[in-house]
Amino acid sequence: MDSFLKIRGLNKHFGDKRVLDGIDLDVAAASVTTIIGKSGIGKSVLLKCIANLLQPDAGTIELDGQAISQSRRNAQSDAGVSFSYMFQNNALFDSLTAFENVALPLCEASKLNKAEIEERVDEMLVHLELSDSADRYPGELSGGMKKRVALGRALITKPQVVLFDEPTTGLDPERKFSVFEMIVDYRERFGFTALLVSHDIPEVFEISDRVAWLDEGRIKFFGKPEELNTDAQSALSGFLSKANYGRKSSLMNGANE
Amino acid sequence: MSVVFDLGEISLFGWGALRGFFTQRGRLAKLTLGIHEIGVRCFPIIATVGLFTGLVMGLQLYYTLVKFGAESALGTAVALSLIRELGPVLTALMVVGQAGSAMASELGIQRNDEQIDALQTMSIDPLGFLVGPRLVATLICFPILTAIFDLIGIFGGYLTGSVLLNVDSGVYWNRVFESVTWADVQGGYIKALVFGLLTISICAYRGYNTHRKASFPGVRGVSESATRAVVWSSVTVLAADYLITSFLM
Repeated sequence: MDSFLKIRGLNKHFGDKRVLDGIDLDVAAASVTTIIGKSGIGKSVLLKCIANLLQPDAGTIELDGQAISQSRRNAQSDAGVSFSYMFQNNALFDSLTAFENVALPLCEASKLNKAEIEERVDEMLVHLELSDSADRYPGELSGGMKKRVALGRALITKPQVVLFDEPTTGLDPERKFSVFEMIVDYRERFGFTALLVSHDIPEVFEISDRVAWLDEGRIKFFGKPEELNTDAQSALSGFLSKANYGRKSSLMNGANE
Repeated sequence: MSVVFDLGEISLFGWGALRGFFTQRGRLAKLTLGIHEIGVRCFPIIATVGLFTGLVMGLQLYYTLVKFGAESALGTAVALSLIRELGPVLTALMVVGQAGSAMASELGIQRNDEQIDALQTMSIDPLGFLVGPRLVATLICFPILTAIFDLIGIFGGYLTGSVLLNVDSGVYWNRVFESVTWADVQGGYIKALVFGLLTISICAYRGYNTHRKASFPGVRGVSESATRAVVWSSVTVLAADYLITSFLM
């Protein structure tokens, strides 16, 4: 597999607690890779290290053969952003409308003029079915609409890599699938590489090209979702059975029959 | 030791915010919002406190001066006290209470809500975007608010001294104009600028670093940051006032 995002020997500790302990991960271009694992195991910390929000204690992160700090400077996206990050709680600005939230990275960090920004944002809002809510503030939007605004803001700069930190938390099943569909749809349209953290097992496997299981600070499984069933690791089997993965297997078996 | 470390961090924080402001797009719009937040919204409280301070000073100083038969010096006493000391100090304390605490809370909530992290992922300098416009607005608004406080305070002294206690109004205003020199006004403005930079930097620093500085996470952390921002700023204003006065006198 050609590695677009390459992580080697990534370590991060907080006080005495070692959260990441030699993470090695290879993510292919334009793929969807999902990181699973128990709560508090360090999945979000890994994403934040990739996004440069946290400084790792050791290790390297390369994007297309360049260290991330270098790739950020050389980014081909409109706002010089190689990474976008969709936060678990959306992190929208309460005092800005949906339109302004989506436009923010272009207004502040791109060289596009006002007309170009408006055209780009309008187009994005149409895709996200948010045109009618463009002038509404986050406090006036439903949970699903806020997720879509956050997704729009993450994608508006056409980044190379989008990091999704539990993008479906707090959504009903219908909205969850809607968000997953949007990720797949936009990945196909814009060709970004997606790295997801999710607890929505087994639903998230439907859109994942690869799954990475993070446990005790290391990636202990990395492979295709269908390989999860045949994996012999008892700890992973235990995690998946607690995460309701058996339900998917039986559903899939039922469908195959 | 930690106080020295914090002072160093606050200085770098303030410098980073000022520098960051001048690399922002749409600076005028952001500055206008900052002026509204620090200048316009603080005006009512500044005017009210200024008026009552002048009224009380008129009363207190009249009854002190009258013992020496020097009530004609009321205008001098009120004007110099306000312009040299009380104007800059009370203006700074009022702005801290009105805008500084709100700023610390807002930045603390934005930190907890990961909005500041979001700015970083969008390649937007959070200091320049969130703090810079407020610091520049402070440089513009503090001297103006201080001047308003002084003027309304002197008028308050006139109300009690002349209108209520019958000091001749011509004498009152003549003493005000004769006794106040440019050096007094300049000293007051220097204090206003220094107090403004110190207080807004401290308040913004406490809110921005809620995740590192507060003892508690979440809402309690924000509350603690806002409280400490107000306490630190107030003490710093009084300490800086003593230092600046020592140099100016």
